Amino acid sequence: MIGITGSPGAGKSTLVDGLVECFRKREKTVGVLAVDPTSPFTGGAILGDRIRMQRHAEDPGVFVRSLATRGALGGLAKAVGDSIHVMDVMGMDMVIVETVGTGQQEVDIINHSHTVVVVLIPGMGDEIQAIKAGIMEIADVFVINKADREGSSKLRRELMAMLDMAPPTAFPGGWRPPIVRVENAFEPEGFGKSLEELTATIEEHYQHLVKNDLLGSRVRRKAVVELNEAVRTCVLEPVLSRLIASGEMAGMVEKLLKKESDPYTLAEEIAGRFLKNCD
Amino acid sequence: MADKKLRIMVAKPGLDGHDRGARVLARCFRDAGFEVIYTGCHQTPEQIAAAAIQEDVDIVGLSCLSGAHRYLFPAVVTLLKDKGADDITVIGGGIIPDQDFKLMFDAGLKAIFTPGATLDSIVEWINTNVQPRA
Repeated sequence: MIGITGSPGAGKSTLVDGLVECFRKREKTVGVLAVDPTSPFTGGAILGDRIRMQRHAEDPGVFVRSLATRGALGGLAKAVGDSIHVMDVMGMDMVIVETVGTGQQEVDIINHSHTVVVVLIPGMGDEIQAIKAGIMEIADVFVINKADREGSSKLRRELMAMLDMAPPTAFPGGWRPPIVRVENAFEPEGFGKSLEELTATIEEHYQHLVKNDLLGSRVRRKAVVELNEAVRTCVLEPVLSRLIASGEMAGMVEKLLKKESDPYTLAEEIAGRFLKNCD
Repeated sequence: MADKKLRIMVAKPGLDGHDRGARVLARCFRDAGFEVIYTGCHQTPEQIAAAAIQEDVDIVGLSCLSGAHRYLFPAVVTLLKDKGADDITVIGGGIIPDQDFKLMFDAGLKAIFTPGATLDSIVEWINTNVQPRA
């Protein structure tokens, strides 16, 4: 399970397309889940990641499914976890998940991936950006995409400096995230070579997880998240929908607007009613 | 669970590269609250049918301005049927002469929209005639 994340327009979909090609050459079947954002206003979405992957549309060894976030905030859609299981049952050797174009904080992808690839492009900010928390911490592999553009060696230096400063505990089993440069996707030869390198790096990382017994902790992390999600769906959502259906929710919002109560008091009242068996 | 959402694929079969109309429609469908899968220009009917099935869309909107709709539109409907996906509604739009309408409907297209059709009328047709499955 490979997660691909990075800012909008960083070239994630094009990289996924290239990875699919590389894995197909290795005779592996590939499932792709591509997430794009849902409009917070209309609930609609334009799912356009597929445009870059259409050359695989007729290959029975490749299954591409686009998902809209439908309000989820962590850079993925809620259905991603289950969709990965479905892909697994379908017999896909590799599953690649492409997140929405991310900012700094959308790190849910780590909960589902064996290997997280963070895609960066030159010219996105100074070295302070590189030491900020969040997305820069979750990479198992960095890609400097569009590396033929100005600023790519500066970006590489900054990344190296950031990794040099990290404490050894940041590298489980001694894996220091390698940096792969990928140049112009319109030059098929060079691009293909970079993608081969990236594929090999991803495979190497997986072997590293297996060898150092790190796979278990990642699988466990996924299990915890899935249970959390399921509890939310089975416990929280029925409560919310009941409150909405009975009109109580609207009443509570009115109370808040009139400043007659506060969200915590109301939530405690609700908890008191619904969580009778909790001690 | 979340409300059901209508999933629509906007596709351009054949060699016609004029996708302004398709993009305007994609945007309009997004604003109507649909989930829109847009696959870009120069698609074969086989690519469109395969993508529609993988994406489990409720409806496919085909756009063609080149005159090749007589072959391409029915081909998509036939492929979907062959793969057991005839529950996916197929509609078309573009430069479709009046005398071809019968051919299109006989081939299994459910609606044809030509220049002058308003965006609202297209959305309304979809909302009336297509039920989202997921």
